[in-house]
Amino acid sequence: MQSEHKEIITKERFLDLFEKNRALLTKNDTALLAGTREKAIATFARLGFPDTSLETWNLTSLEESFNRGYDYYLRPSEEVDVQKVFRCNIPHLDTAVIGQLNGWYVSKDVPLMELGNGIIMGSLAEARKKYPQLIEKYFGTVADDAGDGFTALNTAFAQDGVFIYVPDNVKSPKPVQLINVIHHDENIFLQSRNLIVVGANAKLSLVHCDDSYNHQASFSNIVTEIHVGEHGVMDHYKLQNLNNNSTLISSVFFRLEDSASLESHYISLNGGLLRNNIRVRFNAPHGRANIYGLYLMDRKQHVDNQVFIDHAYPDCTSSETFKGILDENARAIFNGHVLVRRDAVKTDARQSNKNILLTDTARVNSKPFLEIYNDDVKCSHGSTTGQIDQESMFYLRQRGIGEETARMLLMFAFADEIVTRIDIPQLRQRIEDMVKKRLQGELQICEQCVLHCSTPEHPVEFQIDLSKI
Amino acid sequence: MESQANKILDEVTQGDYKYGFVTDIDTEFAPVGLSEDTIHYISAKKNEPAFMLEFRLKAYRHWLTMSQPKWAHLNISPINFQEIIFYAAPKKKKELSSLDEVDPELLATFNKLGISLDEQKKLAGVAGVAVDAVIDSVSVKTTFSETLSKHGIIFCSFSEAVQNHPDLVKQYMGSVVPYTDNYFAALNSAVFSDGSFCYIPKGVRCPMELSTYFRINAANTGQFERTLIVAEEGAYVSYMEGCTAPQRDENQLHAAIVEIVAMKDASVKYSTVQNWYPGDKNGLGGIYNFVTKRGICKGSNSKISWTQVETGSAITWKYPSCILLGDHSVGEFYSVAVTNNHQQADTGTKMMHLGKNTRSTIISKGISAGQSNNSYRGLVRISKNAVNSRNYSQCDSLLLGARCGAHTYPYIQVDNKSSIVEHEATTSKISEDQLFYCQQRGISNESAIGLIVNGYAKEVLKQLPMEFAVEAQKLLSISLEGSVG
Repeated sequence: MQSEHKEIITKERFLDLFEKNRALLTKNDTALLAGTREKAIATFARLGFPDTSLETWNLTSLEESFNRGYDYYLRPSEEVDVQKVFRCNIPHLDTAVIGQLNGWYVSKDVPLMELGNGIIMGSLAEARKKYPQLIEKYFGTVADDAGDGFTALNTAFAQDGVFIYVPDNVKSPKPVQLINVIHHDENIFLQSRNLIVVGANAKLSLVHCDDSYNHQASFSNIVTEIHVGEHGVMDHYKLQNLNNNSTLISSVFFRLEDSASLESHYISLNGGLLRNNIRVRFNAPHGRANIYGLYLMDRKQHVDNQVFIDHAYPDCTSSETFKGILDENARAIFNGHVLVRRDAVKTDARQSNKNILLTDTARVNSKPFLEIYNDDVKCSHGSTTGQIDQESMFYLRQRGIGEETARMLLMFAFADEIVTRIDIPQLRQRIEDMVKKRLQGELQICEQCVLHCSTPEHPVEFQIDLSKI
Repeated sequence: MESQANKILDEVTQGDYKYGFVTDIDTEFAPVGLSEDTIHYISAKKNEPAFMLEFRLKAYRHWLTMSQPKWAHLNISPINFQEIIFYAAPKKKKELSSLDEVDPELLATFNKLGISLDEQKKLAGVAGVAVDAVIDSVSVKTTFSETLSKHGIIFCSFSEAVQNHPDLVKQYMGSVVPYTDNYFAALNSAVFSDGSFCYIPKGVRCPMELSTYFRINAANTGQFERTLIVAEEGAYVSYMEGCTAPQRDENQLHAAIVEIVAMKDASVKYSTVQNWYPGDKNGLGGIYNFVTKRGICKGSNSKISWTQVETGSAITWKYPSCILLGDHSVGEFYSVAVTNNHQQADTGTKMMHLGKNTRSTIISKGISAGQSNNSYRGLVRISKNAVNSRNYSQCDSLLLGARCGAHTYPYIQVDNKSSIVEHEATTSKISEDQLFYCQQRGISNESAIGLIVNGYAKEVLKQLPMEFAVEAQKLLSISLEGSVG
């Protein structure tokens, strides 16, 4: 087992690690992939890790996280409790489940499934061996340089993760649930790399969960590349429920071809420091992308959503809708950046960020930012930060609803604008439950999981005191 | 109203920068370049007390340690500070005691700009406007000083204030914008030559509009002026600022500081019509305008309101801000920024809410045409103690033409639960429906755009004092002339 014990994270450490393990890392690479890796490590050597002098990182300091010290593994651990990884799947939700433990693919049966309809799904490491041409065509082409070293570092060290390929004209019959569990007895730094290709006229629903089962500190640098072909449809759900000692840098890159359609949902329920880099590039005209985000944070949790939408071609539509409720000492950052390039006429781009602060120690920074080089556009952005509306509160109280319940109802209604957008009914039901529990302070990480997820026999409901009405 | 609109439309057709003339005045210059010697020279020229020289040198030494900021969405060709003349003054023959003694060339210059320095003429009107006229590095004449002094108001050039009211200058200069604030503020603090000083004593409502008119005349010079306005408890003043420069092929530097202090219950309204030479159609020449403007609402219930119409300058870098320190204090920012041809503007505001129940409003209207880039950059910061604070921001951008850029960078930071911050913005072009409607009624394309743009900017223009509003409307039309093909 190769590990670097509890060292703090520095650029030198990773450059050194790469030098020493080059042979291992590039073992199954084609010449092109090896080249991509070399380029990436050079980029990382130039950029290093971001610090607060960078505009996009000026409110998120990683110093504390870095100094905790982490182990780094270049091979998966041998004993894997598959049961543990899969206990999180959603009841009644008929999905194809694939799992990752500490960034490594784990499987009940085969590492790479090839379904009858041509869908390939499984371990990226395995796919690199088996389908080098396919991987070569897409790997590293969607993830551009996000301006910080994390993506380059991930590309250089990419070993395992999930690979999903939906061929042209194939509609994935059921949602794919990708569960990424972090569970280790020591502090761990992990990097996984996911590559998802949705062909022309194809469709895929992907539910991507990040969970942790204990309170051990972890640092994840996860990069996901998603390519959506012409007229392809991608429904993407990202659920984050991690412990308070975890740091997650999640970078998801979308590339949309002609008339492709994307719906992406980010639901952040818990996590020490969550950083979501969401980057959408319209690579051809007529694309459509809707990004929704909901974050419910308390204690000293920190969530930082950075959305970048690149309107490089005409006639594309995008929207960003992010909402958050911040309690105790939580902090939320929203940075929406829409770039409309010179030739991207008839662009329609909307941004919205709404926040509720419940305490005087919670903090919000919002920067809905538009950069436009073309006059034939419709762009708007809005941002509000405030507290629960007193008039609505009065309305409910007047009808005999207790203060606490009324507050819950209003908060839930606030969050529901995002939850209601979820297209898979079972998933929506589950998220609704989780949001309710989260707002009641019951939901922490899965270790204390008391979820008796709503079933027709035992629905989760608010306790409205009817005697006072 | 209609005839006025027609007049504006007429003006549109004439177009071009009409203040681009040069006056032939006998001018004396400081040696080219910047060093401690330059600062000694300026200070000696102005016969300043020791504390001023000390302040300048400290600022200069600090400036040497700084580098030019790069964060703005601006493409600035490097500035060679050793090629600039930091002090240029029309030669004085002797001390002036009345208007008759002002150089007739200077008077003619200001008359040509539409600024009358003749008090008699103005007195015929209902309410006059007191003007401090600044040409290059010095103030040449301040009108109505005597009338104002009857109310206890001090309105004079900064140099005079240094001589006659050193205590006030010492107390307030640098208290809102310290020399360490930013690169251009440090530069200004080191080499500033003149500007206006205004002090409104307790309980006085200034009976007339005060204004400063800045004019760059000499070639190769930079203008570095500094304005300081202090409004004591319960005082009120409305202040206006205008500026023009000759048409030249090289870029000229203008780095100014404006500081406003508003005590309890005081109210200050500051209006600017910025019309520095914007450069020609190919982006040649024009003024580099780097300005630090900031006001502090020191006492409770105080108010500072900024209104700006930005049409000139090759590069504008300007963020008039309010520090809302006093409880219940109010900050306002109304802006219209127009860029055409190759102009670049990065402008906006900062509202720092520190006191309880503070309120701020931001209305910003950006208009970009030609190949220009126009950015709004604004910060709203509600600190932890600023409970029950309120902000409303609206920043709209209008794009005219396919090669221009409009950008908005709103920064919103809220650190308490009882405050409400709202921000909204839209970006669009003039709708084809609106244009069609006008054209159908026989209004030419260009005139229609003038009309629509004026309507779009009306929300801000109505905040301007009468004297300025008319001029600003004309300016809007002229600046956009030829922008639509």
